[in-house]
Amino acid sequence: MRERLALSRPTEASSGKTGSWRTFRPVVDRETCNACGLCAQYCPDGVIDEDLNIDLDYCKGCGICANECPKEAITMIREER
Amino acid sequence: MTNIVKRSVSILSAIPKEEYLLKCTSACAGCSSSLCLRYVLKAAGPDSVLVVPACCTSVLQGIYPGTAMNVPVYNIAFAAAAACASGMSDAFAKLGKKTNVIVYAGDGGTVDIGIQALSGAFERGTNFLYICYDNEAYGNTGMQRSGSTPLGARTTTTPGGKLTAKKDLDRIVEAHNPPYMATACSAYPLDLYKKVKKALSIPGPKFIHILAPCPPGWRYPSEKTVEMGKLAVKTGMWVLYEREFGKLAISGPSRAAMRRPAPLEEYIGGQGRFKNMSPEILDEMRHQVERSIRRLASEEAGAC
Repeated sequence: MRERLALSRPTEASSGKTGSWRTFRPVVDRETCNACGLCAQYCPDGVIDEDLNIDLDYCKGCGICANECPKEAITMIREER
Repeated sequence: MTNIVKRSVSILSAIPKEEYLLKCTSACAGCSSSLCLRYVLKAAGPDSVLVVPACCTSVLQGIYPGTAMNVPVYNIAFAAAAACASGMSDAFAKLGKKTNVIVYAGDGGTVDIGIQALSGAFERGTNFLYICYDNEAYGNTGMQRSGSTPLGARTTTTPGGKLTAKKDLDRIVEAHNPPYMATACSAYPLDLYKKVKKALSIPGPKFIHILAPCPPGWRYPSEKTVEMGKLAVKTGMWVLYEREFGKLAISGPSRAAMRRPAPLEEYIGGQGRFKNMSPEILDEMRHQVERSIRRLASEEAGAC
């Protein structure tokens, strides 16, 4: 049935998969990472989960995580497409 | 070092894991508004309604029939946000609901266009929280100058640098004697989280002013968003404080910065909008910073 009112409903990927915007991809060096969680705290899009895995489908590649990492465990690597 | 890590983890674990801003908004990469919104919604919880006037947040929600916002959002005309929230808050009160009504507006919708609705709602004593996230220009329409643009900043409508100072919104709001008002910065999300929590625990009109650095508008690389916010606080350009029933309390990061502010050039130099700024304007800006620090410090000490 058609809705009488145009209502947007919460979904992931409401703007498409923004991972395609990326020019640089964050790569985490697990050896140097001390799991402080600052990258997840500062990620504007909340794409870093509790185990500090980065969701590359949605990561826009802004680089805040790499810039703020106190251990410099994250490097931004150019996407090959 | 291990102590620092332990402490940061313990503070982090106090913050709810739920995200009310779903992945994949159409915000620019490195947007500090979506960073702020994440923590505002975490603090407010699911029983909240956002009232959003025209600003970046009305765009970053996504495309119909989907939306990235996991709480109800009411999109409203530029000038009407606080008026809409007044009606909404009264209606919830009549129904006996404790739903948080939060206005999330940009600086244009607060400092210029929405200021009379804001003033009216504060005068009526509406029970709501007004949050202004301030990127110091009309970012959504292409960085035109707003009343909140600082002295000397280049925007698309002030290509030679703005000639007048930033409007002091906090002192305008302070004149309404609200029970709670605070300033925050996107680079200190835990501080922001605590302030939103505290604001929502107090009945009456509350106000939070967040500095939100904007990579395309301020012309700096997107990875420097948090760094830029921290520099604004460390140089004293932006002072974090809260005012509860008129009593001023400077927040931790600014307390250290006010004692020994970092050189202003560190903040100015990193941003394209302040490029080729004349030494006179820089001097004037330095005086402004000194004046505001002196005023707040003496007020906190009880001198005025």
